[in-house]
Amino acid sequence: MQTARRRPPAPAALLTAAALVAVTGLTGCAAEPDPGVITVLNSATDIEHAQEQEFYDRCARRIGVKVRQISVPADQVAAKALRMASSHSLTDILDLDGSELPQFAATGGLVPLEEAGVAVTGMSAAAGTLGSYRGTQYGIARSVNSLALFYNADVLREAGVEPPTTWAELKATAKKLTRGSRYGMAFSATPNADGVYQFLPFFWSAGGDESRLDDGKGAPALRLWKDLVDQKSASGAVVTWNQQDIAEQFIGGRAAMMVNGPWNVPVLNEHKDLNWAVAPIPVPEAGRPPVPPIGGTVMTVPRTGDEDRQRTAAKIINCLNERRNQVDWGESRNNVPTRTSAAAEYTAKNPKLAAFAEEVETARSRTDRVGERWPVVSDALASAFQSVLTGRARPEAALAQAQAQAAADE
Amino acid sequence: MTTATTTVPAPPATTAGGRAGPGRRQALLRWGFVAPAVLYMLAFFGYPLVRNLTMSFQSYTPRTYFTGEAPFNGFENWRGVFDNPLFTNSLWHTLVFTAGSLLGQFTIGLALAVFFSRRFPLSGVVRAVLLLPWLVPMVVSAVVWRKLLDQDTGVLNSALTGLHLVSSPVPWLSSTGVALAATVLVNIWIGIPFNMVILYGGLQEIPRELYEAGALDGAGAWRTFRSITLPLLRPVVTVVLILGFMSTVKILDLILALTGGGPADSTQTLGTVTYQLSFQQMNFGQGAVVGNVLILVSAVFAVLYLRANRSDFGQGK
Repeated sequence: MQTARRRPPAPAALLTAAALVAVTGLTGCAAEPDPGVITVLNSATDIEHAQEQEFYDRCARRIGVKVRQISVPADQVAAKALRMASSHSLTDILDLDGSELPQFAATGGLVPLEEAGVAVTGMSAAAGTLGSYRGTQYGIARSVNSLALFYNADVLREAGVEPPTTWAELKATAKKLTRGSRYGMAFSATPNADGVYQFLPFFWSAGGDESRLDDGKGAPALRLWKDLVDQKSASGAVVTWNQQDIAEQFIGGRAAMMVNGPWNVPVLNEHKDLNWAVAPIPVPEAGRPPVPPIGGTVMTVPRTGDEDRQRTAAKIINCLNERRNQVDWGESRNNVPTRTSAAAEYTAKNPKLAAFAEEVETARSRTDRVGERWPVVSDALASAFQSVLTGRARPEAALAQAQAQAAADE
Repeated sequence: MTTATTTVPAPPATTAGGRAGPGRRQALLRWGFVAPAVLYMLAFFGYPLVRNLTMSFQSYTPRTYFTGEAPFNGFENWRGVFDNPLFTNSLWHTLVFTAGSLLGQFTIGLALAVFFSRRFPLSGVVRAVLLLPWLVPMVVSAVVWRKLLDQDTGVLNSALTGLHLVSSPVPWLSSTGVALAATVLVNIWIGIPFNMVILYGGLQEIPRELYEAGALDGAGAWRTFRSITLPLLRPVVTVVLILGFMSTVKILDLILALTGGGPADSTQTLGTVTYQLSFQQMNFGQGAVVGNVLILVSAVFAVLYLRANRSDFGQGK
């Protein structure tokens, strides 16, 4: 009997032990937030994280709190935020990509900015649409980026050509600049956000409508891309090149012109012998304004159930969007500030990037027409330009197919 | 230990007299040992499996994460997925990708294993070097291969055109006709070490005497391979192929980094479609449907694996 008593515990005891471990583990997750620390979820890289912190500290000091950032890779912000939401541990500020905002706003988990106490007056109209869902503004962008035509000024001067302003000029110039292992033009046509972002300025400038892909107006944009590849002014490999790849091609002298965004400026500036300049995206016919997409992150205030913290978060966001801070922020990122007065100051200080500031005025947000359905539409658009570029479908047929794909989910 | 064994015979007497006793205790004790494994399986395999299955019948969207509500919608997700031509295509691509990868990995892996089973100077070093692809993280290999396979600047095309093997650069990743084959090629490269190591281990188990006997009987190299090596290697071959199948059929990272499913969806597999539906379109219900199909396919092969194991090892073959 002595030995029997020394025997290990029965299953019931094991179960209790396991349950105890589970319970303590779970309560650990839902720890009470520190009242003096406002949390932020964003997609800052290591360098950006440090930069961001300076701006946050600037504003938090004034209010007497601290700000702690949680930074994850850009394509994981949404998933991370959802996981946090399900465990009721969402941060006080959620810095989302503009194209992801509608999906979050649709859940009812974000506080409308007006209700939260964030001031949105004095901002450009495009910035407003980037942060809005069904007419209500939930997110505020400090600065926005867009796409423009980067060109190698030396190569163009040598060939005796001006940067193209229309599609016809683009095709002719690209052809003229193509020589040896150098293509005249480079753009990204990958089947993801990069490729779609690059296709939109052409699609929209042609009159294309993402809510009715098959209305025929977007087809010329597909034809333009296909022509550039067919006449060998752009590589067939554009279907595999993301925006970083084409920047490398441009820097390496393998492309005379490229479509790209202002985030490339630091890396372009590292190459002192590269004489680059920026022009607006060419348009179908002279005189029509280009309609590029605007991108960037928007700051939102999630419903955490703690109104005091929401108010503090709003104060920090307001401070970050003061004119001075917006100009500094825009310059640190080479992005255009959203406050119109800040944008004017920024353009005056950075004439080289004026093309971006100019374009932002006519730019559009990817989600203002299709809202939370954007990811589906985006995949459909990617399928369309990829099938045209690989010769699988003609432009009209590809867009009809894309519309069917996008509508299947409605 | 001795006290424990001596007390064991005692129970029958007590059970005969009373109702519960050491007999029941013994049963409980056995369960106690099994319990951690069962709990682990239930928590980390059972729960997610059931959850994924129910999710495929629910309208599960970002809203669910905030409200906790996921209304059941019958077979709507299943219909949506099965009506989607992308799903049927990806099923086909997955099949080609898996079959092609396994065939290549296994054939080359076996050839190398047989080659290295003969001892020669530096064989150990060369074998170690051949293991490298296995040690490199999949995403890293994929990124490097993406550069190597680039149509204009890739090393592979430079070599091929330099040797006049092809007249114009091969659009490895930018043509719908070639991209799937290119991903298979890269996956074969990644999978060779695994096949080689396991098969090499199996070859070491085959008694040398059999080869000596074969040689005495005048068997040539091919005859020796067919009549001695292959039959005795069979259990290992089944293990390699089935484990290979299960790790290949769910491929995601390699394809995402290499082609992103493109060009024109020509390299979409079940794995990438699940990812696209769940994490890009945030349609978790439909994503779960594709995930379930993937689980089902793997389960079929897992059963085959268990059966093969039983017949090969169980009977001491």
